[in-house]
Amino acid sequence: MTPAATRKAETLERAFAGRSLWADARARLFRNKAAVTGMAVLGVVTLLALFAPFVSRFAYDGIDYNVVTCAPDWWPFEAACKAGPGHWFGTDTVGRDLFVRVLYGARVSLAVGFVATLVSLVIGVLYGATAGYWGGRVDALMMRAVDILYSLPFIFFVIILMVMFDRNFYLMFVAIGAVVWLTMARIVRGQTLSAKQKEYIEAARAAGVSPFGIITRHIIPNVVGPVVVYVTLTVPDVILIESFLSFLGLGIQEPLTSWGVLISDGANTMESAPWMLIFPALFMAATLFCFNFIGDGLRDALDPKDH
Amino acid sequence: MIGYALKRFFGALPTLFIIVTVAFFMMRAAPGGPFDSARKLPPEIERNVKAAYNLDKPLLVQYGIYLERLAQGDLGPSFKNKDFTVAQLIGIGLPVSMRLGLLAMALAISLGVSLGVWAALRQNQWQDYSVMTVAMFGITVPTFVTAPLLTLLFGVYGVHIFGLEFNLPVGGWNGGAWRNMVLPVVVLSLPQIAIIARLTRGSMIEVLRSNYIRTAKAKGLSANAVVLRHALRAALLPLVSYLGPAVAGILTGSLIVEQIFGVPGIGRYFIQAALNRDYTLVMGVVICYAALIVLLNFIADMIYGLLDPRVRLS
Repeated sequence: MTPAATRKAETLERAFAGRSLWADARARLFRNKAAVTGMAVLGVVTLLALFAPFVSRFAYDGIDYNVVTCAPDWWPFEAACKAGPGHWFGTDTVGRDLFVRVLYGARVSLAVGFVATLVSLVIGVLYGATAGYWGGRVDALMMRAVDILYSLPFIFFVIILMVMFDRNFYLMFVAIGAVVWLTMARIVRGQTLSAKQKEYIEAARAAGVSPFGIITRHIIPNVVGPVVVYVTLTVPDVILIESFLSFLGLGIQEPLTSWGVLISDGANTMESAPWMLIFPALFMAATLFCFNFIGDGLRDALDPKDH
Repeated sequence: MIGYALKRFFGALPTLFIIVTVAFFMMRAAPGGPFDSARKLPPEIERNVKAAYNLDKPLLVQYGIYLERLAQGDLGPSFKNKDFTVAQLIGIGLPVSMRLGLLAMALAISLGVSLGVWAALRQNQWQDYSVMTVAMFGITVPTFVTAPLLTLLFGVYGVHIFGLEFNLPVGGWNGGAWRNMVLPVVVLSLPQIAIIARLTRGSMIEVLRSNYIRTAKAKGLSANAVVLRHALRAALLPLVSYLGPAVAGILTGSLIVEQIFGVPGIGRYFIQAALNRDYTLVMGVVICYAALIVLLNFIADMIYGLLDPRVRLS
């Protein structure tokens, strides 16, 4: 080939170089300012939570009766006492550093969010894909069961579950996850129903791939878009449920903490010590905001026809 | 239509039966019992107390007795609130919770729909962005944060708005005086206002792009007529199917709101009862709420069928 022809071929290749749908979606996602900001803020909160012991010199359970319910040094309003250097968010009613406690609360809340979502993801995807793939009577039966569970006042069941497990914190992940998988199953089933009409599934079946193989190798990868969107919207939901339970005194026990516990404590002392309510509430609201922005961004990125 | 209603009614019975069964056995699987704090009782008296409530019998027998009484409409006595039956307690608490919930629902629907329509008509303008930002706040800031904040603003500090002084009571029920209801109702409806506004905006935008709206505009109908008579009706359809989840959301919120504002509704009973192992009261409240949700899902489906002729109820 002459150099000119080579150059022409390269140009052509570049012009027609396939961009996968995922690359397209990623580009669209990164053009969305709200989603990018959300990812950045969430990243910072996650890093702070992970490295909480190294960020502050105070221990999350270090009680100091010299600085009980003290405002941070920079607090512009009147306060009974100032907490002193290092206590950026002030201290709580037994003199523990609030900043480090907010970060430890972030650990718990985020961990519950991710683990419970993972549980719901596994159950929901397998259940929904199976029902959608089999169709017919199996589908009708399985989705009928989902409908019944849907009509349960599920928060009551979470509360009864918490009582049943005697407030075992690790089982709370499972309990919440086991309750929030229903919508996931519905979404996956709907996607599967439409995906299984496609030619490539027929080809796989003709080639003798087992039903399990078709579900895990062909159907699940192709229904992943809406699922990813729903996952990012489930995490904040779960964080809310956890904080809700903690607020009612059914969640994590002292000296460990979560945002729900901190907010609950803060609500009790808000007249004398508003910082105890404001900072945990701010962190939690910001995190939930981020997840929602990322979810919306993902939806727009993965489903461009909605634009 | 009547056939469909009957079918749905009988379809709901197994659902309720499963709810009762699951709740019954889950509650019994929880460690501890209703008379644990009274451990000091001499063993023979404790035995008598348990025998009086049939708690000494095997679990399956107790389940059978419970179902038999339930079928006769008897929810049993409360274990912890002496001298009260569960039905009496629900009779006292439910009207309070219902009043709160219905007011919150009405506020959420009227305000949420108006905001959503407004945002849709001004899509991608500042009105749209501000409504959606506020809605995002409503969704992400949980009830138990808004409740103390609003209490602080309107109850403790007594904020002045437009020359009016807001000095609302921060708790208590006072027989349902409106001043006592303002804060609980507002707090309860905030997340629902936000969700409904988002839903309405989304479906309204979609409807406004459809062909029949273009036709209506082309016929020369006024903007008001197009929006109110043609677009709104179709845009409200997704909202109807949200009715069931909305009620569930309000019920969940009422657990918190009743706790914070000291409202004597049934949400407050439930948590106390679950912690005290007041088996019959827990069951009573669960059955009550489940029936409510089943009923509202049913009503939502019926309204859907009435509004959308394409949906055939069968």
